[in-house]
Amino acid sequence: MTLPALGWQGLVVLVVFGVSLLIATYSTYAERVIAAFLQDRVGPDRAGPFGLLQPLADAVKLFTKEEFFPAGANRALFVFGPCLAMVTALMSSAVIPFGNFLQFGDTIIHLQGIEINVGMLYVFGMVSLGVYGIMIGGWASNNKFSLLGAIRAASQNISYEIAMGLALIAVLMMSGTLSLREITLQQSVAGEWHFWNIAKQPLGFIIFIVCAFAETNRTPFDLPECETELIGGYHTEYSSMKMGLYLFAEYINVFVASAVMSVLYFGGFNFPFQYELRDWLVSSRGLELVTAQNIITILGLVGLFAKIFGFIFFFMWVRWTLPRFRYDQLMRLGWTILIPLAIFNIMLTGGLITFGVIK
Amino acid sequence: MSPLFLFLSFVALLSALGVVLAKNPVHSVLFLILTFFTLSGHYLLLNAQFLAAVNIIVYAGAIMVLFLFVIMFLNLNEETEPHKPALAKIAAAIAGGSLLLILVAALRNVNPAGYDPATFKSQIGMVDQLGLVLFQQYALPFELASILLLAAMVGSVMLGKRETGERNF
Repeated sequence: MTLPALGWQGLVVLVVFGVSLLIATYSTYAERVIAAFLQDRVGPDRAGPFGLLQPLADAVKLFTKEEFFPAGANRALFVFGPCLAMVTALMSSAVIPFGNFLQFGDTIIHLQGIEINVGMLYVFGMVSLGVYGIMIGGWASNNKFSLLGAIRAASQNISYEIAMGLALIAVLMMSGTLSLREITLQQSVAGEWHFWNIAKQPLGFIIFIVCAFAETNRTPFDLPECETELIGGYHTEYSSMKMGLYLFAEYINVFVASAVMSVLYFGGFNFPFQYELRDWLVSSRGLELVTAQNIITILGLVGLFAKIFGFIFFFMWVRWTLPRFRYDQLMRLGWTILIPLAIFNIMLTGGLITFGVIK
Repeated sequence: MSPLFLFLSFVALLSALGVVLAKNPVHSVLFLILTFFTLSGHYLLLNAQFLAAVNIIVYAGAIMVLFLFVIMFLNLNEETEPHKPALAKIAAAIAGGSLLLILVAALRNVNPAGYDPATFKSQIGMVDQLGLVLFQQYALPFELASILLLAAMVGSVMLGKRETGERNF
């Protein structure tokens, strides 16, 4: 069973793709269960044990619903919109390092779709493209509520991208690299006390997570779909699986945002005392270094997913806790609070680096 | 010329033509976004990853969103597109044609300057190399440009600030 290195890496890409879809599927279930828990309801419990087959039932329902095209809609773009939303959402998970590397003999498998040295910019680019799916779909529906949702999505994404990018710059000033893998590895060094970036960038993290909520169109910033004002916002006219793709894309975006936050601020696949554990496995349990490293890698993978699930839970927790912002409040928060704060954070980080407090 | 280069150039030219020929302004914008993507592909072929990523973020991700935003906001479509008189169309065709003629005439006999494998630096397009050049050789222009952008941003924040006495919705 010898696959060339490219073959293994291709397999990793496929697994990342599958895992993104699986997590998005079960996010719909988790959302309902968490909503039910927070509101003291029962939640989905009919389909399968604990309602675990609910996403499957939803998918069957969505696939068999009527495919509806509104009158006067631009048919090609109407179909293109949800597809684009899905594609851009799925593309961004390609560069996230889900784990270190596994080694079998001479084969080294990096648990990352593709390593490029501008990884963070790649994610940022894909996030900024994500709004096209919403804009095109909303415009092509030929409905004023959809159009309003699309326009809101566009201005919201552009506004919060600036603050997000500025928050990111503070992290990049410390790391000196755009590669997500390098940023992860820098957050843990063998044999010395080393803190995750959250300890050095608390303000930057708060700015980043607020922007992540806005970029993924999650409550309290889900103004583009805002059902109390805009019926369903950009997906008012959508039905069947095209609607499903929009909802799916949102959950994939939440997953990717959670993964990016875990990698940037919470040490990625590192976990405390990993090097001590590896050395203990080698010295006391008599394992080979390679095997011990593989065990650490798998534990790190599990740890990263625990962090990601923690963030996904946080996204849902906030959704069922906070009310929606008004549109002018959203814009004011972005432009007059987050951007000046992010610039202040950059100056603060620069000062602390100059005086050697953090590196 | 690699097949990838030919493919990217083909798509780039086709989508660039689409920008001009599309009747619907929204289609034009979408073709322009596709053009930017193919240009990013060219940058990648030239081993300039940073430029490719920034091209996507800035042009495809931000500027074109604003274009699309304005077009949707004004609800421009095929019916509202102004129809220019025939004379203007002929004049534009002649002007564009002469520009094409001059460009072809000027570039017809150009031989691309090859590179010397001994002195060629393959890492020249990488972000750290670019940063070194920007902050060492071109520090002043770079800082001036950044101050301009910062001023624009501060200006927009100031415009967004609520003035005293302004109603609250």
